[in-house]
Amino acid sequence: MRKAYVAGLAAGISFIAMGAAQAVEIEYWQYVFDSRVQAMDQLIEKFEAANPDITVKQTTFPYADYQTRVVAAKVAGQGPDVVQLFYGWTDQFVNGGLIQPLDPAVFPHEEIEADFFPIVSAMKRGDDYYGLPTAVRSLALFYNKALLDEAGVEPPQTLDELLAVAEATTKRDGSGNITTAGITMDMAGQDHHWWREVLVRQNGGVPYDDEGNVAYNDAAGAAALKFYTDLQTEKKVGLVGFMDEGQAAFRAGLAAMTIDGTFRLGAFADNPFEWGVVELPADANGMRSNYSSYFANGIGATSTGEELAAAQKFLQYISSPEAMEIWLETVGELPARRGVALTEANLADPIRGPFLKGLEYAQTTQFYDEAAQRQTAIDMVNRVLLEGQSIEDSLAQAATAEQAIIDQGRQ
Amino acid sequence: MASANAISQRGPVRFWDRLNISTKRVIWAWAFLAVPIIFYAGIRFYPTFQAFWLSLTNWDLLRPAQFIGFANYQKMFADPVFWKVFQNTFLYLIIGTPVSLVISFVIAYYLDRVKLMHGFIRALYFLPFLTTAAAMGWVWRWFYQPVPIGVINGFLSSVGIPQQPFLRSVDQALFSILIPAIWAGLGFQIIIFMAGLRAIPSTFYEAAKIDGLGDWAILRKITIPLLKPTTVFLVVFSSIGFLRIFDQVYNMTSNDPGGPLNSTKPLVLMIYQTAFSSYQMGYAAAQTVVLFTILLIVSLLQLYVLREKK
Repeated sequence: MRKAYVAGLAAGISFIAMGAAQAVEIEYWQYVFDSRVQAMDQLIEKFEAANPDITVKQTTFPYADYQTRVVAAKVAGQGPDVVQLFYGWTDQFVNGGLIQPLDPAVFPHEEIEADFFPIVSAMKRGDDYYGLPTAVRSLALFYNKALLDEAGVEPPQTLDELLAVAEATTKRDGSGNITTAGITMDMAGQDHHWWREVLVRQNGGVPYDDEGNVAYNDAAGAAALKFYTDLQTEKKVGLVGFMDEGQAAFRAGLAAMTIDGTFRLGAFADNPFEWGVVELPADANGMRSNYSSYFANGIGATSTGEELAAAQKFLQYISSPEAMEIWLETVGELPARRGVALTEANLADPIRGPFLKGLEYAQTTQFYDEAAQRQTAIDMVNRVLLEGQSIEDSLAQAATAEQAIIDQGRQ
Repeated sequence: MASANAISQRGPVRFWDRLNISTKRVIWAWAFLAVPIIFYAGIRFYPTFQAFWLSLTNWDLLRPAQFIGFANYQKMFADPVFWKVFQNTFLYLIIGTPVSLVISFVIAYYLDRVKLMHGFIRALYFLPFLTTAAAMGWVWRWFYQPVPIGVINGFLSSVGIPQQPFLRSVDQALFSILIPAIWAGLGFQIIIFMAGLRAIPSTFYEAAKIDGLGDWAILRKITIPLLKPTTVFLVVFSSIGFLRIFDQVYNMTSNDPGGPLNSTKPLVLMIYQTAFSSYQMGYAAAQTVVLFTILLIVSLLQLYVLREKK
């Protein structure tokens, strides 16, 4: 009896040891967001079926803690093998030694540049790519069909039409207070991207020069800022803080139009009214622009040896066309590979289509501290609207403040 | 076996037996007290001293901390936002503390005389104190909205007064936040004041009445002087509360925390943003040291001013 027990134990131990020699476990980290976690579970299942010798453990953290956790794990020397990061965090992650460059032998640069949307270049530092996205996001103009029909107008294609539609759909009470906004104004939401990458460019400027320094402190920037603040001060078709947040106003059916991203599709799905999406309005010359962002997956700096090989395999899989299809179906975010994204079916889709068209001419801002840089845009608009500062002075002050953040980030 | 044990234990047993009962009590007391003291030293005092050191470094979580002298302090004192925040913090304090104390004293003074539904009214005042600051912040945030959903602006419009921007104004926002903050703390202060009022012996009042003193004189000569210990406690307690204000501000302005244009930002929120949004831990530590110093000075000053005169 005892002998059999010992023999069994020995067999068990050797089996485990054998297993350990063959199987590799790698860790994947992302932040908690139901559909993203589910999509990743599906991907892991398929990946493990194809690679029985690798197991992937998914660990998630609340978004608010996510960066801190990644940093803390690195300090403790126990980082993840594959980690999700916002493209705007790349500098912090690279400078902090949290992620390692992708091996060009496994991830050839020509292939990346040929297959992915050009915005993937935001993951490049020097000659190295530090991550690849599964999905990307872009902006579009959401409109409330009922309110537009009521006013007898069509969704706008140009900025002039935008003003006309906003004017036609705005409702005011006896004292002139807005009760239904033509367009939402929310710099804390997506409007600062609209201003920076779309309005400034449509007025003939660029938000940043080739070195990444602030370049919007000129006539183009001033015209763009004036266009935005005029929505409230001159045209009176929107009000910053109306219904607290832009997306809340739109969801409540109290705003005819709002500018938001692909990530809002899920939240708007239950809106109790019909709504539609069009591309961000073009300027008078037909010039369009858009802002695109994404979460990429990188390889943790602490990953080496067979774990590194497994991590590379996993990263290849989650950036593959198959994974992007699954991500699109489960999360609703657009595929990062042109071939997967720009199919006829997708382009003809009334919701996905406008976002996908936006991707083709989208810009990606090189952020150093996204929250702080957004704050400079919020303050710039507030100084004009609340303190009556002139457009030029407010713009100049914003440019100085943002340049200081960029300089600080480069240290 | 038994004898061997007895021999080996004889030394310590004798030592313990030699102590008298009060010494033993002290030893036991310290043995129990040691646990929370060590715990406190570990999680409270050590990090506090660590913060002083960190404030002299450029630690950003990622790279090891480097000693940079007083550069963080120089940067802070040269930063107009810091001075704005500093001013806001004191506005919260010098408006919040006296206003909340006066209101709560008046309510407690009159509530003390109410017999009808006394417990019910007291419970109503205490209720906001039990509510989560975050939930309350959000409810008030919606009260302050413009029409069509803001209750206050809806009322103003209906009586023909132009709607007010409240949280969307650099002049009104701080007061708009201060009102719910004061309201939330009232219940606690009223309860403490009432306990203080009840503790004043009724014989003093009877004697005063016999001597023919009016209500106002009784209030000035008896009630307020005898309430001094209660008042000291509440002044210190509420000052610290207003100096550390965070929840209300953060929840009522979360789209633009401390905004618009930093007009509502208190020091604690600035520290939070510096540390956990920009990851400048050294700079945040320097701000913490300033907050610590302010809290210390204000508390000591109040204790000195309101001290018992002998």
